Amino acid sequence: MSAIVLFMAVIAVIVGWWLSHQRLTAKPWLEEGSIDDFPGTGAMTLPAAKIGLGVFLAVATSLFALFISAYSMRMNMVDWRTLPVPGLLWLNTGVLVLSSVALQWAYVAAHRNNMDGVIVGLCAGGASAITFLVGQLLAWQQLRAAGYFVASNPANSFFYMITAAHGLHLMGGLVALGRTTAKVWRGAEMAEVRLSVELCTIYWHFLLLVWLVLLGLLTGWTDDFVDICRRLLT
Amino acid sequence: MVDVPYDAVTDVPPAEVPEVDLYHPKSWWTHYVFSQDAKVIAIQYSLTATAIGLVALVLSWLMRLQLGFPGTFSFIDANQYLQFITMHGMIMVIYLLTALFLGGFGNYLIPLMVGARDMVFPYVNMLSYWVYLLAVLVLASTFFVPGGPTGAGWTLYPPQAILSGTPGQDWGIVLMLASLILFIIGFTMGGLNYVVTVLQARTRGMTLMRMPLTVWGIFTATVMALLAFPALFVASVMMLFDRLLGTSFFMPALVEMGQQMKYGGGSPILFQHLFWFFGHPEVYIVALPAFGIVSDLISTHARKNIFGYRMMVWAIVGIGALSFVVWAHHMYVSGMHPHFGFFFATTTLIIAIPTAIKVYNWVLTLWRGDIHLTVPMLFALGFIITFVNGGLTGLFLGNVVVDVPLSDTMFVVAHFHMVMGVAPIMVVLGAIYHWYPKVTGRMLDDWMGKFHFWVTFLGAYLIFFPMHYLGLQGVPRRYHDLGEAVFITPNVHTLNAFITIMALTVGFAQMVFLFNLVWSLFKGRPSGGNPWRATTLEWQTPETPPGHGNWGKELPVVYRWAYDYSVPGAAQDFIPQNQPPATRAVQGAAP
Repeated sequence: MSAIVLFMAVIAVIVGWWLSHQRLTAKPWLEEGSIDDFPGTGAMTLPAAKIGLGVFLAVATSLFALFISAYSMRMNMVDWRTLPVPGLLWLNTGVLVLSSVALQWAYVAAHRNNMDGVIVGLCAGGASAITFLVGQLLAWQQLRAAGYFVASNPANSFFYMITAAHGLHLMGGLVALGRTTAKVWRGAEMAEVRLSVELCTIYWHFLLLVWLVLLGLLTGWTDDFVDICRRLLT
Repeated sequence: MVDVPYDAVTDVPPAEVPEVDLYHPKSWWTHYVFSQDAKVIAIQYSLTATAIGLVALVLSWLMRLQLGFPGTFSFIDANQYLQFITMHGMIMVIYLLTALFLGGFGNYLIPLMVGARDMVFPYVNMLSYWVYLLAVLVLASTFFVPGGPTGAGWTLYPPQAILSGTPGQDWGIVLMLASLILFIIGFTMGGLNYVVTVLQARTRGMTLMRMPLTVWGIFTATVMALLAFPALFVASVMMLFDRLLGTSFFMPALVEMGQQMKYGGGSPILFQHLFWFFGHPEVYIVALPAFGIVSDLISTHARKNIFGYRMMVWAIVGIGALSFVVWAHHMYVSGMHPHFGFFFATTTLIIAIPTAIKVYNWVLTLWRGDIHLTVPMLFALGFIITFVNGGLTGLFLGNVVVDVPLSDTMFVVAHFHMVMGVAPIMVVLGAIYHWYPKVTGRMLDDWMGKFHFWVTFLGAYLIFFPMHYLGLQGVPRRYHDLGEAVFITPNVHTLNAFITIMALTVGFAQMVFLFNLVWSLFKGRPSGGNPWRATTLEWQTPETPPGHGNWGKELPVVYRWAYDYSVPGAAQDFIPQNQPPATRAVQGAAP
C-alpha cells in the first residue's frame, strides 16, 4: 500500500498548502463586514471546468496508485512470472507521445488565435490516440498468440487489467476531444473552444505520464527504483 | 453561480459578476424527471435511498426474527440469513447513508448554503443520479436472479465470496460487484460537483471560514470519498476478474468438494487492504456530514453560536486526514505483524482527540444556551449521546489485545451500529425535521415527530445495549443459529427475543415517520420561509420552496459567519448571514 499512502501524503500536502492560504486561523465571529476587507478568501477564479478536471485527475491518480499498490503487493508472491513485454508497446508509447505533442500544438495555436492550427492539432491528436488504442489491442493479441492469457499468471492479469484501465480513460478523453473537434468544425469562436482545448491537452499529458509510469512498472524498470526506496526505508 | 473572466489574475471576484445561463427546463420531463436542478436531484436521491433503505430495514427484521425465535420461521434458512445480513449491511452503509448524506443533503444544501444558483455541472449532476439509480436497480435485481443475492457478508471477503459454498455465487456476487462499480462511477460525477461548487461557486463574501459546518462536513467527506472509493473500485474490478475470468488476484490455491480449483497463489489479505482502505474512510464519509449537520442543528435550536468554530473546522479536516491511516485496525486478526498492529492502534486512538474536541464543543454550545426541545434538537441530542457511546466502545476495539477476543462477536455489531448506524441516522432524521419546511413549505407534525423520536431513541438503546453484553459473552455475529454451545446461556436467548421485539417496535416507529412525511406534505402547518429563525443562507431565499435558480434576481452577499445567534444588543436573536452591518449600526448594536 506504499504507493497509495505516498499519493495520499502528496494530496495532504497540496490540500494543506491550499488551506493555509484560506485564513483558517481567522476568527469569523469578529469579522463582520464586506469581503473586500479580507482579500484572497473568495471563491476560486479559475473556470469551474478546470478545477473539476483537476479534482478528477486526483481521483484518477488515486485509482492508478491503488492498481500500482496492488501490483507491487501481489508481485512479491512466489507464483509471479514476469511476462515479456511486446516490442509493439514502445511504438505505442511513441504514438502516445506524438498525440500529446499534437494537442500541445493545438493548445499553443488556440492561444495564438490560429484556428487552422487548432484543427490540425486536435485531429492529429485524436488520430494518434486511436492508433495507440489499436496498437494496445494488437499488443494484447500478440501476447495471447504467444500463450500469455489473462488468467495464466497474475503478471498477465495485471498487464491486461491495467492497460485496459488506461485505455478506457483514454477513450473517455476521446469523447471530450470529439466534442471539442465537433464544436470547432461547426465554426465556433476561438473564445468558446480555448478552454476545451486546454482541458483536453492537460488530460492527454496526464494520461501520457500515467502510461510512462505504468510502462516502467510493467516492464520492470521501476523495480530497481522501488528496491532502492525500500532499502532506504528499512 | 459566478462566471468570472478566464484570464482573471486577481483572487477577489469582481463586485458585479455576470450571471451564468442556467439550464431552464422546457417540459414536465426535464422539470421533474431528467432534471438538472440540484434540488430536484436531491429529492430523487433521497427518495431512492429511502426506498432501498426500507428494503434493508425489512431485511433486518427478518434477521432479528430468526435470531430471536430460531426455528420458528421456516422460510428463513441459513443461506437466506447470510444473504439478508449481506444486503442489509451493504445497502445501509453505501446505498442509503452515503447516498443520502452526499447525494441528498449535499445536493440540496451546498448550493443554497454557499449562495449559488445550482451545482456547477448540472448535467453531470443529473447523470450522477441516474447512474446511482441504475446501481440500486442492479443491486435490487439480485433478489430475483437464480441463486439470489450474495451472502458473502458486506465485506465480501475472498475467497469465500466467490466459492460455491456461499449463496449467490452464480449471479449475486457478480451483480453486487457490478452495482458497486456503477455506484462509484455515479458518485464520482456527483462528488466532482459538490467539491467544485464549494470551491468555485461560493457567493460574494462567503469565505471558507464563514461556511456553515454542514458544508464543511459534506465538503470534506466528499473529498475523502473521491479518494477512497477508487480502492473499492479496484477491489471490485479485481474480484470480478477472479470470478469471471479465472484470474488469481485474491484467490489462493483451493480444494473445493475434493476438486483442485484453477486458482492459485492469490492473496485474500490484499483484498482486505484494498477494501478497508476504502472501508475506514467510509465510516467518516458518513460521520463528517453528520458532525456538520448536527453542529448547525444544535446552534440553531439552542439559539447560541457554535462553540469553537475554528476548532470544529480543524477537527473535521484532521479527522478526514487521519482516517486514511487507520484502515488496518479492521484487520488485527489477519495475522499482521505486531508492529503494524501497534502503529494502527496508535493512529486509531489519536482520532479520539479531534472527535472528542467536537463532542466537547457541542456540549459547550448547549451550555447556558436557550435550548428549544424541538424535534430536530431532540434528534441532535440523541446523536451526541449515541455517538459518545459508540465512540467509547471504539476505544476498546481500537486496542489490539481487546479487539482480538472480541473480533467477530456481537460486541462489534453493537459498536458499529451505535457509532455509524444509529448516530448518523439520528442526524438524518433530525435534519429531515429541520429542513423539511424549506423543501416543502410545511412543518412536519410535532406530536408524531416526538413520538417517532422517543420510540426510535429508546428503542435503539434497548436493541444495541444488550448486544454489547451478548458480545462479551462470546456470542458470534453472522450465525444463523447459535446451536448448543456451553457459553450460550439461556439468558442469551431471552435477550435475543427481547432485542427482536424492540427492533420490530423501532421499525414500526419509522412507519409513523413515513406517514408524517406524506401527511404533512398536504396537511402540515405552513412554515413560512424561516420557521427556525436561522441565520444560514438557505433560510433567506425569496421563495419557499426555493425556486429555480434559488435567489431570484440577485445572488445574496454574505457579511458575517453562520452563527450570529443571540448577539447582545441585536434586535432579534439571530442575524442572517446576508444582513449588512449597516443595518445593525442603525439599531445601535455593537458586538
